[in-house]
Amino acid sequence: MSPTSRLRALRSPGAVELASIPIVPIDEFRASVLRAAKAGLRLCALFSRAAEGGTGLCAVLADDARGLLYVVFSEPAKTCRSLACELPSAHLFEREIAESSDVEVEGHPWLKPVRKGFPDSVAFFRESGAEIHEVAVGPIHAGIIEPGHFRFQCHGETVHHLEIQLGYQHRGVEALLAGGPDRRSAFIAESISGDTAIGHATAYCANLEALAGVRGGLRGEALRAAALELERLANHIGDLGALSNDVGFLPVAAYFGRLRGEFLNMLAALSGNRFGRGLVRPGGAAFDLTAGMAADFSKRLAQARTDLNAVSGLLFDSASVIGRFDETGAVSLTTARDLGLVGLAARASGLDLDVRRDHPHGLYRFRHIPAVKMESGDVYARAMLRHLESLRSLEFLEELVADLPRGAARGAYPAPRPGLLAVCLVEGWRGEICHVAETDGEGRFRGYRIVDPSFHNWAAVAMAMRGGEISDFPLCNKSFNLSYAGHDL
Amino acid sequence: MWKILKTRLQQGYRTSDYPKGPSGLPERFRGRPAVSSQPCAEGCSACAESCPTRAIQISADRRVRLDLGKCLFCTECVSACPEGIVAYSMDHRLAARQREDLVLSGEEARLAQALDEKARKLFGRSLKLRQVCAGSCNGCEAELTVLNNVVFDLNRFGIQFVASPRHADGLVVTGPVTAHMRAALRAAYDAIPEPKLVIAVGACAISGGLFAGSPQAHDGADSTVPVDLYIPGCPPHPLTILDGLLRLLGRIGSEKDCKNVPS
Repeated sequence: MSPTSRLRALRSPGAVELASIPIVPIDEFRASVLRAAKAGLRLCALFSRAAEGGTGLCAVLADDARGLLYVVFSEPAKTCRSLACELPSAHLFEREIAESSDVEVEGHPWLKPVRKGFPDSVAFFRESGAEIHEVAVGPIHAGIIEPGHFRFQCHGETVHHLEIQLGYQHRGVEALLAGGPDRRSAFIAESISGDTAIGHATAYCANLEALAGVRGGLRGEALRAAALELERLANHIGDLGALSNDVGFLPVAAYFGRLRGEFLNMLAALSGNRFGRGLVRPGGAAFDLTAGMAADFSKRLAQARTDLNAVSGLLFDSASVIGRFDETGAVSLTTARDLGLVGLAARASGLDLDVRRDHPHGLYRFRHIPAVKMESGDVYARAMLRHLESLRSLEFLEELVADLPRGAARGAYPAPRPGLLAVCLVEGWRGEICHVAETDGEGRFRGYRIVDPSFHNWAAVAMAMRGGEISDFPLCNKSFNLSYAGHDL
Repeated sequence: MWKILKTRLQQGYRTSDYPKGPSGLPERFRGRPAVSSQPCAEGCSACAESCPTRAIQISADRRVRLDLGKCLFCTECVSACPEGIVAYSMDHRLAARQREDLVLSGEEARLAQALDEKARKLFGRSLKLRQVCAGSCNGCEAELTVLNNVVFDLNRFGIQFVASPRHADGLVVTGPVTAHMRAALRAAYDAIPEPKLVIAVGACAISGGLFAGSPQAHDGADSTVPVDLYIPGCPPHPLTILDGLLRLLGRIGSEKDCKNVPS
C-alpha cells in the first residue's frame, strides 16, 4: 500500500470537500500517520474535531518534495494510542488533544497541560542527587517580554534538563474564531502573535479565499509578499540586535535596533500601522503602494542593505562574539527532524525546509527566494541565517517594488462555501504557520485551528540547553525568539 | 577598532528631536479619530456595526461616541460611514487619566493630566517602571521595547524599565489579563512599594480589546489593579506611549508643546 493511499491530497492554500476526506477507524488513523511519517512526510497539525457521534482526530501531513498536503480524519473515538514515542513531533499535539477533548490518549510519556488547567496542577520533572539543584524562572521575567515558566535541573553550572511550561498567554483565540468569520476574525488572526501579524493574517485570508473559491489578484499578492518580507526583515534584524545585546556588544545592538525600526516604518508608510495591521484582508491588500512610495522604498531598501552589511560585518567579524555564539545551544539535525522543527530553527540545524519554496502561495509561485540553510544548529547558525535571509529578502523586495504587478490591490471575495476544509501554510519569519478551517452547512467556521511555528519549536530550546550553562539561557532563548502568545493562543 | 569607529561615524546621531521637533509620522498614520459633531443620518449605524470591538455607539441625539479604550485604529468605521463622520487625524496624543475621558464625542480631546505636585516631586525626574505582559499578543511589548532604542531613548527623560518590581515606582500592564496571569500580575503589583502607579498600555489592557468577553481573560488591567494612566492603541505608536508618560509626569502638557502636532 502506498503511504498516502488512504489520505486526501490538497495543495496549500486549498480547500477540499469534507465528504472527500477519508474517515478511518482510530487504529488505522494512527497507522496511516505513522506510515506517512516513515515515508518522509512531516506532521503539520494533529487535533481533535467534533465528528458525527463524538470526537475524532484530524491529521495534516506535508510532502515537502512534491508540494502536497494530506489530510485524514479518524472516526469518533474514546481513546487513542499515543504516537509520541514513535513520532516525537506528535508529543505536544497529543498533550493538547488530551486537555482539550474527551479523547483519552494512552501511552504518552507525560500528558502535561499545554494551555489549560494550571498553574496549580503542574508537576515538573525533578532530578535528585548530591549537588543537584533546581532553578525556577517565571512566569514574569526580567525584561519587557511575554510570560512563561522555565524550570532548570542543574549540577553545578551545568544544565541537565530544562522544562518549559507555557500557557500563561492563553486568550482563547481558536474558540473566538469558531462560529466566524465575523467582524472580529481578521483582527484576531493579526493578534495571534503580534510580531507575526502579516504571517497569520496571510494564512487566515488565504484560507478564506480558498473556502470562497477565489484567488487574490497578483498585485494584492505582491503587496502581501512585500509585507511578509518586511516583517521578516524587521524581526530578523531586531533579533540580531537582541543577540548583540546579550553578548554585550552594545553599539551593534543599538545600530540593529534602529535599523529594525526602518522596516517597521516602511510597513507603517504602506498601511498606517508599524506591524502592518489592517493591510492583509480577504481578496488582497487593503492598501496600495503608490508609484511615489515605491520609489521611496527602493531608496530606503538600498540604504538598509548598506547599513545591514556594515553592522553585520561588525558583529560577525568580532572574535569575542563568534567565541560566544559558536557551539552554544547546538541542536543536531536528528533532534531537529525528530521534533519536527520548522523554519529558521530547522534550517539552522540543516533541515532543508521553506514553505515559500516547498508549498508556494501567492506571489511566491512566480518569484522565488532562494532558501538558505546552515549545518551547526548553534546560536551562530541561527544568527548567521538571520543575516543571510535578511539579504535574500532585501533582494526580493528591491526587485519587487521596482516592478510591481499591475491591477487592483484588492478584489471581491464571496462568502465561504459550506462543508469544506481549508489548509494554508505560510512561511512566517519564525517558520511554518499552519491554519486549518472547517466550514459547517452554512459556511461558518465549525472549527478553526492554528499552529504557530513556535508550537513545533519550543522543545528545541529545551534541547539546546542540555549540557550548557544557565548563563547560556538568555542567548539560546533569544537565538530562537519564539512566540509565547502564538503557542498559547 | 578602526571598523567600530568607522561604523559609528556612518551611523551618525539618530535620536529624534521629539518632543521639541517634528514627530515624523507617515501620511497614512492613524492617530486620534476626528469625530464630527454633525448628527448622523436617521437610522444609520453602519460604523457601529462594522467595528470589530464595538467601540462605537450612536447616542440618542444621533452622534457618534467612540471609545478609544476599545478602538483598534483600524479603518472599518471610516469605510463604513457614508457621510464621513469619522476620520483619522495625525495626532498621536491619546493617553488619558480617566477611563471615561477616552470616550470621544465631538472634537474635544481630554488628554492626560499631570500627577499632583507631590507625586511629580517623587517621580517627575526619575520614574522606574516594571512591565508585566498579561496576555498581550506581544505587539505592545514590541513598542515598549522600542522606547529603549536610540531613536526614542527613554532614558533621556529619566524613565527606565527595571527588572524587579521592588525597584519600581510603577507597573506597565499589557494584555487583557488572562486567567493564568492574574495571580502573577497581582503579585507584581503588591511587590511594588507605595506610592505606586499603574499604566495600562493598549486596547487589551484598557478594555480587553479584541478579547473582551473571552472566558479566558478578564477584560483588562482594571479588573485586577487600579489604573492611573490609559494609553490607547493596537498597539500604541511609541510616540503615543512616550507622550502619555511625559504628560503624566508634567514634562509636557502646556499648549506650547502642541505646536508640532500635525492636525
